[in-house]
Amino acid sequence: MTPDAILDVLVIGAGPAGMAAASAAFEHGARTVLLVERDNRLGGILFQCIHNGFGLYRYREELTGPEYAELDIERLASSQVIIQSETFAVDIVRDDALLRVLLIQRGKADWVCTKSVVLAMGCRERTAGAISLPGPRPSGIYTAGSAQRLMNIQNIKIGTRAVIVGSGDIGMIMARRMTLEGSSIAAVTEIMPHPGGLARNIHQCLHDFDIPLYLSTGISNVYGRHRVEGIRIAPVGADGTLEDARGRDIECDTILLSVGLIPENELSRKAHVMLDPRTQGAMVDARCMTSIPGVFACGNVLHVHDVADFVSEEGSLAGKSAAIWSQKPIIPRISVPVSCGQDIRYTVPQKINEPGDIVISLRVLKPRPSCRIIVKQGNRVLAKKSFIRLQSSEMVRIPVTIESIESVEVVCETT
Amino acid sequence: MYLFTYASVGYTRFMENFDIAIIGAGVVGSAIARELSKTTARVVVFEQHADVAFGISGRNSGVVHSGIHYKPGSLRARLDVAGNAGMEKLCRDLYVPFERLGKLTVAFDQSQTMELERLKEQGDANGVPGLDLLESSQMRTLQPGIAGIKALHSPTTGIVNPMMLTIALAEHAYQNGVSWKFLHTVESITTENHNSFIIGCSTLDGFRSYKASIVVNCAALHANKIAAMTAFNEHTVYPCRGEYYVLDKRLKDELNILVYPVPSAHSGGLGIHLTKTTEGNILIGPSNEYIDDPDDESSTRPVMEILKNEGNELLPSLQTSDFIRSFAGIRPKLTPPEKGGYSDFVITSQPDLPNIIHLLGIESPGLTSAPAIAEMVTGLIDNRLPLKLKREWKPSFHDNDELYRRAYPASHYPLAERQEMIEANPDFGSIICRCEEISKAEIVSAIKRMFGPITIIGIKNRSRISTGRCQGGFCIPRIVSILHNEFGIQSKDIWLKGPDSPLFEGTLRQSGGYHDT
Ligand SMILES: Cc1cc2nc3c(=O)[nH]c(=O)nc-3n(C[C@H](O)[C@H](O)[C@H](O)COP(=O)(O)OP(=O)(O)OC[C@H]3O[C@@H](n4cnc5c(N)ncnc54)[C@H](O)[C@@H]3O)c2cc1C
Repeated sequence: MTPDAILDVLVIGAGPAGMAAASAAFEHGARTVLLVERDNRLGGILFQCIHNGFGLYRYREELTGPEYAELDIERLASSQVIIQSETFAVDIVRDDALLRVLLIQRGKADWVCTKSVVLAMGCRERTAGAISLPGPRPSGIYTAGSAQRLMNIQNIKIGTRAVIVGSGDIGMIMARRMTLEGSSIAAVTEIMPHPGGLARNIHQCLHDFDIPLYLSTGISNVYGRHRVEGIRIAPVGADGTLEDARGRDIECDTILLSVGLIPENELSRKAHVMLDPRTQGAMVDARCMTSIPGVFACGNVLHVHDVADFVSEEGSLAGKSAAIWSQKPIIPRISVPVSCGQDIRYTVPQKINEPGDIVISLRVLKPRPSCRIIVKQGNRVLAKKSFIRLQSSEMVRIPVTIESIESVEVVCETT
Repeated sequence: MYLFTYASVGYTRFMENFDIAIIGAGVVGSAIARELSKTTARVVVFEQHADVAFGISGRNSGVVHSGIHYKPGSLRARLDVAGNAGMEKLCRDLYVPFERLGKLTVAFDQSQTMELERLKEQGDANGVPGLDLLESSQMRTLQPGIAGIKALHSPTTGIVNPMMLTIALAEHAYQNGVSWKFLHTVESITTENHNSFIIGCSTLDGFRSYKASIVVNCAALHANKIAAMTAFNEHTVYPCRGEYYVLDKRLKDELNILVYPVPSAHSGGLGIHLTKTTEGNILIGPSNEYIDDPDDESSTRPVMEILKNEGNELLPSLQTSDFIRSFAGIRPKLTPPEKGGYSDFVITSQPDLPNIIHLLGIESPGLTSAPAIAEMVTGLIDNRLPLKLKREWKPSFHDNDELYRRAYPASHYPLAERQEMIEANPDFGSIICRCEEISKAEIVSAIKRMFGPITIIGIKNRSRISTGRCQGGFCIPRIVSILHNEFGIQSKDIWLKGPDSPLFEGTLRQSGGYHDT
């Protein structure tokens, strides 16, 4: 392979993370940037999110998903980023200091060589199998995101009366969407004692449409051998198991599952990137570099976000870092952990290795009343942030300035 | 939905007439149909579902058993060992994934060791090749980390993709002239005389009747219902459900060989254990519960719980996201719940109506035995209606139609080979199912290969779409687009498995919608 065939940055996935990463890589001096996307258009999941609520932080404006994507697409168009859609990256291997990625597209399958890779493949939805949905296997059971695509892009009416299992954001948004399209939503159920999605979606998607939300409620059966005919919901008892005897049957022809997202790291695994079991994404440092030098990760493949704006921000950071790496690869000599103290579920980054201004993203283990998040190095407090109430579903972002390479601890204290 | 219309559509004045009618398009019915396709007999298969392998043949462990578990001299022993011996060639001829992994039956204490010795003797008597008792160190070279004090190694045990085996047998029979009537539920069999029967079926277009001189009942869970139609009431079929979990392929290297516990004497199954599919998924199961309804293929909460716990014990590295799907298969047992255990297959001409052949109680190892059962049944038929071989019959497909029929998906083969496929048909590069890396070319082939109604499960069984960790979340919307763009099938006409299981209600707006693939 000739030297000019070596890319500076290869970005995998053109959702908000990948688009921002590709643009940022180009803006930070990478000369050859290739952005590959398996769909036939850019935007990733944004394209099917026709509701508004995007861009509040980034543009101080309420945009729909496609509108938000459009701005990134314009930014890309003004760069010299090479874009290949309908292309699947299926393998990554390290080859001395370089990386090789196997790309497959209509009519072609070949390896490309690159100095750096940005992983931005997003996430997938948890399925009926993952939540042990009982019953036979009738038609009419969809994950909320697939249903969203089928309705919003493919003009398909899925069913007339649905129960939504899980109170994730996509589920709640689909509850509103299906109602607006003339279907009825019998209920949204949530196995946890608290909702899975954002407070604004509970108000705007459920309360405003009188859709009941049943917390601490699981599914004890599904009826219908051919098409869904109903579902049996039951409360979660004190011991954590379902109390079927106290359950009740709800008639419906459709079940949507909104039971969580899993970062899609099959490709990262093939590249032997070290994953964090808490986020199910890569372990990264403050510039989004994974355990494999030259491989960066951002967006939902790194950890599941609740707001696209922050995905874009992380994407820009990863793209910039990849561009810098492609010009001057420096492997830091020491790196120290960012550890999760009291009541913290995870942090990203999981480690730091250079001084500078960084943002620590985190989630708490369980919903908290009045509390304070503290970031410290030893006894020195780097940052503090107080909350009147903090949901475990809300991602918290705390900017801190790192001056010395000592381990960082994050804790959540009740106030 | 139906892609093309059949000759049978519209009113036919004369009843269609066949030499041999097979009831049930499972692996047994399909193997018999293929065996008979070697002859000049006119053969028809009636199936209540929309496709082959929608019964138990698509819902089992897919293990090609060696034959150690069956009483010497029994049909199960004889047909299993013969089926096992021929499986490799059959699968090669018909491009079906088959692997001879071998199996360890493991003893944990002294009494089980004695049972192992008995199993070895029994296996030797049945003519099972290569049996060997292994000490724990030898066991561990075959499967590192395995517990237990002694094991019986049966090297001929294998695994097969049961859906693809059934489909291949049926498709091959179809290519060789067998007629298939899907969505035909046999409701009545009337005897005109000793060698002429009228078979009445309910269909989507109402009741239809057909004539045949031989009837073969391979209706498995409903075989006693069919038998009752000709007043053959010797046997009762007791449905006994086995539930499974399917695990992510991530774990495929955890199991190099099949590992079974020593079965307890009265259990009607071989115990909950791990097996591997030819695709590399590990299965946990099957459970063993007698149920009343032969069609209740539900997964149930309590059993799912047991299977999960068992799985966590057998595979400590298991994560919750590894459980990608559950399913259940139902054994057509001839032994009642209070008795448990097994009885032998019943394969017999009805004494008072010898042109009717019943197959009852074809539970495990029915999959392994199917090819040998087919030969035996053909022998029984030949006694009643002498069969003549066709000269033009070939053991493999006539695949000049350029459809994809290889044993594994294109992504399984080395890059150079894959590039050749892409060269010949660029659609091999368009990936539609992300988890299994199945291309558009393979999906279109699968649809074109169907010789009955098109269903999503039928496409899945032929191409493996949506069998991975996202369970179709990604590919189903895209397959809907392929059906729309390439085959002109509207969303309201797409069936999951049949006319009663439409995927969708229809469209939201009269026009619009974007179908890209
Ligand atoms: C849990 C489980 C695990 C197993 N594991 C193994 C294994 O590892 N190895 C092995 O060798 N075997 C195994 N078996 C056994 C094997 O799966 C069966 O023996 C085999 O599939 C039976 O095939 P069949 O064609 O008789 O039944 P089926 O596949 O059920 O076919 C019968 C067909 O008849 C149709 N039918 C019924 N009534 C009518 C009607 N009135 N009109 C029209 N059509 C009708 C049905 O729809 C069905 O398609 C297992 C079975 C179970 C349940």
